[in-house]
Amino acid sequence: MMTKHVSMTVNGEPKEADVEPRLLLVHLLRDVFELTGTHIGCDTSNCGACTVHVNGQSAKSCTMLAVQADGASIRTIEGMADGATLHPLQQAFWDQHGLQCGFCTPGMIMQAAWLLDQNADPTEEEIRAGISGNLCRCTGYVNIVKSIQQAAGALAERGAAPVDGLAVAAG
Amino acid sequence: MTTETPLQTTPEVGGMGHSVKRKEDPRFIRGQGEYIDDLVLPGMLWLDIVRSPYAHATIQGIDSSEALKVPGVLAVVTGKDLEGYGLHWMPTLAGDKQMVLPTDTVMYQSQDVAAVVATSRYAAADGVAAVLVDYEPLEVIVDPFKALGDGAMVLRPDRAPDKQTNRIWHWESGDKDKADAAMASAEVHIEEDIYIPRIHVASIETCGCVADWDPVRQQLTLHMTSQAPHAIRTVLALVAAGAGLPITEQNIRVKTHDIGGGFGGKVPVYPGYVLAVAASFLIGKPVKWIEDRSENLQADSFARDYHIHAEMSATKAGKITGLKVRTIADHGYSDAAADPSKFPAGLFNVITGSYDFPNAFVEVDGVYTNKPPGGVAYRCSFRVTEAVHAIERMVDILAHDIGKDPAQLRMENFIQPEQFPYATPTGWSYDSGNYPAALQKAMDTIDYAGLRKEQAEKRARGELMGIGISSFTEIVGAGPSHDFDILGLKMFDSCEIRVHPTGKVLARIGVQTQGQGHETTFAQIIAEELGFPVGDIKIEYGDTDTAPYGLGTYASRSTPVAGAATAVAARKIKEKARHLAAHLLEASADDLEWTNGRWSVKGSPDRFKTIQDIAFAAYTNHPAGMEAGLEAVDYYDPPNLTFPFGSYICVVDIDKGTGEVKVRRFVAIDDCGNIINPMIVDGQIHGGLTMGFAPALYEQITYDDNGNNLTGTFMDYLLPTAIETPAWETGKTVTPSPHHPIGAKGVGESATVGAPPAIANAVVDALWHLGVRNIDIPITPQKVWAILHEKGIS
Repeated sequence: MMTKHVSMTVNGEPKEADVEPRLLLVHLLRDVFELTGTHIGCDTSNCGACTVHVNGQSAKSCTMLAVQADGASIRTIEGMADGATLHPLQQAFWDQHGLQCGFCTPGMIMQAAWLLDQNADPTEEEIRAGISGNLCRCTGYVNIVKSIQQAAGALAERGAAPVDGLAVAAG
Repeated sequence: MTTETPLQTTPEVGGMGHSVKRKEDPRFIRGQGEYIDDLVLPGMLWLDIVRSPYAHATIQGIDSSEALKVPGVLAVVTGKDLEGYGLHWMPTLAGDKQMVLPTDTVMYQSQDVAAVVATSRYAAADGVAAVLVDYEPLEVIVDPFKALGDGAMVLRPDRAPDKQTNRIWHWESGDKDKADAAMASAEVHIEEDIYIPRIHVASIETCGCVADWDPVRQQLTLHMTSQAPHAIRTVLALVAAGAGLPITEQNIRVKTHDIGGGFGGKVPVYPGYVLAVAASFLIGKPVKWIEDRSENLQADSFARDYHIHAEMSATKAGKITGLKVRTIADHGYSDAAADPSKFPAGLFNVITGSYDFPNAFVEVDGVYTNKPPGGVAYRCSFRVTEAVHAIERMVDILAHDIGKDPAQLRMENFIQPEQFPYATPTGWSYDSGNYPAALQKAMDTIDYAGLRKEQAEKRARGELMGIGISSFTEIVGAGPSHDFDILGLKMFDSCEIRVHPTGKVLARIGVQTQGQGHETTFAQIIAEELGFPVGDIKIEYGDTDTAPYGLGTYASRSTPVAGAATAVAARKIKEKARHLAAHLLEASADDLEWTNGRWSVKGSPDRFKTIQDIAFAAYTNHPAGMEAGLEAVDYYDPPNLTFPFGSYICVVDIDKGTGEVKVRRFVAIDDCGNIINPMIVDGQIHGGLTMGFAPALYEQITYDDNGNNLTGTFMDYLLPTAIETPAWETGKTVTPSPHHPIGAKGVGESATVGAPPAIANAVVDALWHLGVRNIDIPITPQKVWAILHEKGIS
């Protein structure tokens, strides 16, 4: 089996692996790097459960090959909290009952972080459009919208970027 | 009428009525949940499935030779291999049988044909691609009416000689003669064909398992996505015994871990689970099987698929006098529904709904076709959604036909609050309700009169606006053991509570959570009953080695049945605590009273022992003659079902150019009895509404004449995104269940049941003046545009 060596930064830590060229990024993250917070919910890029940040941009990791992420900086849900301190989006999803089964939640939070990075003060319509690539079957989205609104407020209050270094990396 | 459950505990204790933040969330928001595909065991192998491209075909041969050359592929398992162990067929929960793998004939597209076991996920998929199957296509029957026609090919010749027909069963309920008489003598008689299409729950996590047979310990551990782990364990034990395998129930452990949504789709046993068990048994290593989304949508059990013909009679003044319903139920090639065994059509005869019908007659025929097994729930209790849709559509059609406002007609025909408990003409006893109050609250909330005025003005301008009502009654909490069982297992449920010496609590329940929040709400029930703070109570479930036996979570039965068991188990502990307190206080147990988590001497409130004091004493200072410890278990057999209800009002605007239906407002007033956690109840209703909205406007599984699934991926099977989904408006009335220990009724599915007819009624209301009587769901832009085009509007 032909393999290719890839190295990347995942949640600030250097990682490397020898992978089949066809290996999906989501499988590299889950099966090789054992970061199972990123989920798989479909096979057509519709559900967004696998959403992560690649070089500061939101990406569906089931739609990228691991080799395409060679040299990239990746952030997953496991990299959102600062130790015991939850990211404002994580805190807001908890406070506002923005999750039920929790399966779409990591992808939803990663997409919401990207959304707030692009638009720090989104309207409800902009939030709904911004997460329309992420399917949730449990919540009806009402409390997810509220969660993102709460997080936007919390981030504005402390004058922080949604994800440290996200905008910089994107630039 | 009340609108809130009164608070008996402080926020710190967090009993009933408090919006306690969920105890399970910290792991989920950090990506630390443990779903089935996250599980990796040492030496684990992967299993993937070869599926049929044909809906009906004989298998001329299976050539595995190329697959076995694929690096990493260890084995290819076929039906012939399983036949040697008697494992090529398995029982369904409805008492029918279903192939694990076929030995000669495939019966639906995407049916499992062979299994490939390999050392990696990718190698298994490569192996699947390399298996060559030689099919000889056969005639395909996708239309259940054709399946019942004269001379139709018999799809299931394996059935008994007297069952050589595609009719699976015929079921009826109510009084046919009375209903016929009502129709014959009616001042007003309406009838309508209403099709409730085949849909799929599509939980965002698909199904999967890791089967782990330990040949030395003779222990099978099955980690799986199941809503009913105990029932699965028993079925496995029975199947193994039938096949003569050395796998016995004490050595079978089913563990569910975290489950990414269930909605009924994770109740059945799918061939993939059995194949993983068989592969692990044969190879002696753990074997993982995880469905792709396409497999999930194309092969797993489906919901609905009810072809309903309804007739209703009434007086000219609008008093309903009778109901008659005939239904063809398409079950696919096997009856794999999870209905209680006495109810092959589920609880469909609750179809008289919220109305005071003097008579009713319902008949249903189950039919085989060349489709995947159907008839499981889609977030509802055993066919109640089909029933509610039909009756709420019919009531609306009647109102429009006689020129009466649909709200007024409902008010005049509701079962009134003083009529409860109410005996329906099909044999149910509704526990409690206040239907006029819920509808009135919905009308007040949305300004119904104002909307009707606006609608008249818009119609005069040629704009299409509709207002739809649904005043539904659910039937949940199965169920009383005299009537309710699945494969003979009575539908009780259970809770075991252990109070530790330091006043902390471990409780285990016979039901399961797939996102409902049981770790929080069941702790709140115990907090309410015993006064322990909710943070001191840990809830466990989903491990058959530790949890008490229960029938699982579906049909909104967790709170009605296991919630009741939890309250009763807590009360047993409270009673033992009373005797412990009497010993500690040197008082008579009869002289003690319970308030706020403590037993105190009547008239001397300073003489008390807290539940924490008592817990310590149970292990350190219990009186002679009393067992040490503070534990209780309860297996609760509910005396009746519970009947949640509500009234929903939906406002739609229709785009005349595109036919698109836009839900402008949707007010949902729900009554689920006493409320354990208002935040979670609202969340359940939001989600339920969205899973009612989805089939009303978007979702349908369709087939072509050859049985090809045309909606087998998320590209074609349209789950609503945040853009389409309305901003739901919710409200409550509270009418406690009189027979439930905490007065609760269950809520997880109410909105999925109640929402579709509110939306359909709104659309038809917008188009009635054009001569439109009914549009079957999903009401797609194409359907509406075709109507507008035909009427010369678009």
